[in-house]
Amino acid sequence: MNFTLKVWRQSGPKAKGRFETYSISNISSDCSFLEMLDILNENLVSEGKEPVCFDHDCREGICGMCSLYINGHPHGPDSQITTCQLHMRKFKDGDTIYIEPWRSAAFPVIKDLTVDRQAFDKIIQAGGFISATTGGVPDGNAIPVRKKDADTAMDAAACIGCGACVAACKNASAMLFVSAKVSHLAHLPQGKVEAAERVKKMIAKMDELGFGNCTNTGACEAECPKGIKILHIAKLNREFIKASV
Amino acid sequence: MSKLDSKVPSGPLAQKWTKYKAEQHLVNPANKRKLDVIVVGTGLAGASAAASLGALGFNVKIFCISDSPRRAHSIAAQGGINAAKNYQNDGDSIYRLFYDTIKGGDYRAREANVYRLAEVSNDIIDQCVAQGVPFARDYAGYLDNRSFGGAQVSRTFYARGQTGQQLLIGAYGALSNEIAKGSVKMYARREMMDVVVKDGHACGIICRNIVNGAIERYSAHAVLLCTGGYGNVYFLSTNAMNSNGSAAWKAYKKGAFFANPCFTQIHPTCIPVHGDYQSKLTLMSESLRNDGRIWVPKEKEDVEKLRKGEIRPVDIPEEKRDYYLERRYPAFGNLVPRDVASRAAKERCDAGFGVNETGLAVFLDFKSAIERLGRKKIEERYGNLFQMYQKITDQNPYETPMMIYPAVHYTMGGLWVDYELQTTLPGLFALGEANFSDHGANRLGASALMQGLSDGYFVIPYTLQNFLSSHISDGPVSTETAEFEQAEKEVKERINHLCNINGKTSPDTFHKRLGHIMWEGVGMGRTAKSLEWAIGEIKALRAEFWRDLKVVGAANEMNPELEKALRLADFLELGELMAKDALLREESCGGHFREEHQTPEGEAKRDDEKFMHVSAWEYKGEDAEPERHIEPLEYENIKVAVRNYKN
Repeated sequence: MNFTLKVWRQSGPKAKGRFETYSISNISSDCSFLEMLDILNENLVSEGKEPVCFDHDCREGICGMCSLYINGHPHGPDSQITTCQLHMRKFKDGDTIYIEPWRSAAFPVIKDLTVDRQAFDKIIQAGGFISATTGGVPDGNAIPVRKKDADTAMDAAACIGCGACVAACKNASAMLFVSAKVSHLAHLPQGKVEAAERVKKMIAKMDELGFGNCTNTGACEAECPKGIKILHIAKLNREFIKASV
Repeated sequence: MSKLDSKVPSGPLAQKWTKYKAEQHLVNPANKRKLDVIVVGTGLAGASAAASLGALGFNVKIFCISDSPRRAHSIAAQGGINAAKNYQNDGDSIYRLFYDTIKGGDYRAREANVYRLAEVSNDIIDQCVAQGVPFARDYAGYLDNRSFGGAQVSRTFYARGQTGQQLLIGAYGALSNEIAKGSVKMYARREMMDVVVKDGHACGIICRNIVNGAIERYSAHAVLLCTGGYGNVYFLSTNAMNSNGSAAWKAYKKGAFFANPCFTQIHPTCIPVHGDYQSKLTLMSESLRNDGRIWVPKEKEDVEKLRKGEIRPVDIPEEKRDYYLERRYPAFGNLVPRDVASRAAKERCDAGFGVNETGLAVFLDFKSAIERLGRKKIEERYGNLFQMYQKITDQNPYETPMMIYPAVHYTMGGLWVDYELQTTLPGLFALGEANFSDHGANRLGASALMQGLSDGYFVIPYTLQNFLSSHISDGPVSTETAEFEQAEKEVKERINHLCNINGKTSPDTFHKRLGHIMWEGVGMGRTAKSLEWAIGEIKALRAEFWRDLKVVGAANEMNPELEKALRLADFLELGELMAKDALLREESCGGHFREEHQTPEGEAKRDDEKFMHVSAWEYKGEDAEPERHIEPLEYENIKVAVRNYKN
């Protein structure tokens, strides 16, 4: 398969970015999107040009390191996958493909397609955990958890922290990310003790870091590679109100 | 006298750890504040160690190669984590978990370490539940279990097919808590370039800031390497792209012995290689072998038709299928350990029964499980894995069997450590996959998560205190010393050198060639001939690398090509040591299969008389041969036997 690529290039956080056009040919339809970029980079290296910087690591859809805004969709046109799981068979031969970084004030570009997502870590540090230090905890079976609650908690906990929800949102809101953590822990008896403090602190941090507000358009849910539902945002709002009254 | 003192406490096996903890030195809270600890790596071992040590009151600095601790490759572990809870009332116990692990490792692991691992396994589950890890539950709300290879009990705790993710998020939460409290300081996008040694002690590290290329110095009273394994030496593996062996290799060159480098694990159930552009291999969890049955056709005729696409797998009737694991190993069936399952797949494919065009694939079939349990149940158990398979291969595993083939997955070898997890370089510790101690020559499924968390949550918080107790009067460790100066200078020179070779070949091209040599010469089946060939080829490739490498871009900016080159330069040395170690271990054990040493049935044949030991390699300088040391293994509590999974 052959493609025309329009790739966002930006040499540093303060530099002005631009789209560069590259053509790439003889790509197998079984090739993954990142492998296609590997081939592009090998071509650029052989021409003595700087390869395109992009984040990636596990290449099996779980680490949340890869990003990329592809033809207007975070993680590209396929549903419920990350960019590393996207395959070229999802495109048509001869397609022009636009590749951009996540765009959000809270995720500044480091170089090319690589962005800084440490804002997510800061939100978690604000309270996205149960503060049980090592040792001195009860037996695992001493805290029974209803299967339904454990399953719902797991649905939320499947979040990989990639930031697609922020990239998809016209307000660059982090509500789906924050709600996934709040909902995960609020559904478990272990998480209830700190629930009120947690939700207040995480929301405050989210606002402080420059993420926008939620206007219920649902773009985050549509683009989430792990299929996390905006039902969790409802749960977040409920927890927030409970904590505030 | 051996240079290797394992420091295993005396006394009965089951009392050793209790005895150690009772007798060890502690550091009081006021003194803990005066002591700095560096943790390199944020996977299960690193995150759990940093969180636990921070909570105790030490000053911890933790270094992460990615943008966030949550990216570490522990996150990709799918199937589960073992513990000897015996919640199923099926006969499990600490002793049985210990026994299975030693046997699974083909009697090449240290008894005392493995027993301690089994002992603390239960605490890990409790800790993770307290952190809110959403383990699978039954309808009464209690914890559920599944089975894994090499065990006849159900002792594996799991969170769907994302257990590693959930455990890492738990440890990351604990770490985040400590970061917020200020007891741990986080350094993201940093890669360790070297260990700094002063007066024979590790006193810090040199890092490269991946964002701007700055070379930075960090000092501490102790350094913990939690940097994972070196499977990426094969280029294609199930490891993440950033996983590398450089931290361990730098430690080796600074005096830490490297143990059993040839012990690598080839995982039986991975998606087969499909093209030369491929960048990594994807694992399909071992848990699938709970319900999936592995087979190839009995008749070559059917194989040919399959390859030509004339028939579909479902067209082959039961009586013409060879469920070869069930046939060869009736007692364990599809749940034999990984090394056994991998070799059996290779045997069938080598005999010409591979089911895809390349001839390098076997079927993993869920038909009978779907018939027995219904599609919904299978979906609940393995839904995300089936989805992952479908996205990669474009085939629906609910309707047609998966195709799988073995791939490099884990390295049992690593830095030699004593009972306290200290390397032969004082002050330098190695945790998790980075050390060698617990899995012998083959790791059982669901034991890597257990070991990483055991080392980080429940071993190092004790043993590190024993070491640091004699350093409470040292005062702050300075980075303004001749040793730091020298180490920084060497790192800068190496980077300059790599950037200025100005050859024609990219790091990835060299890496693919190294991977090919490793897979062909030091892969699933090894011979003296293949190993000698590999050593020669690696040497030649290394020389070519230093002559013809091309690194585009500058050193003082984000430069993935330079990162690759730095890691590859180390792999090109490590690969040779792996081959040397494999050459000198003239026996077959676990994942190390020397084709010259096998039984008439094709099973691994150990030589306990000559090789019941750990080999630990000492670096002797650039142009000198490394020296092979030996730590004899003694089994006082287990009868050493030929591994039998047949009956």
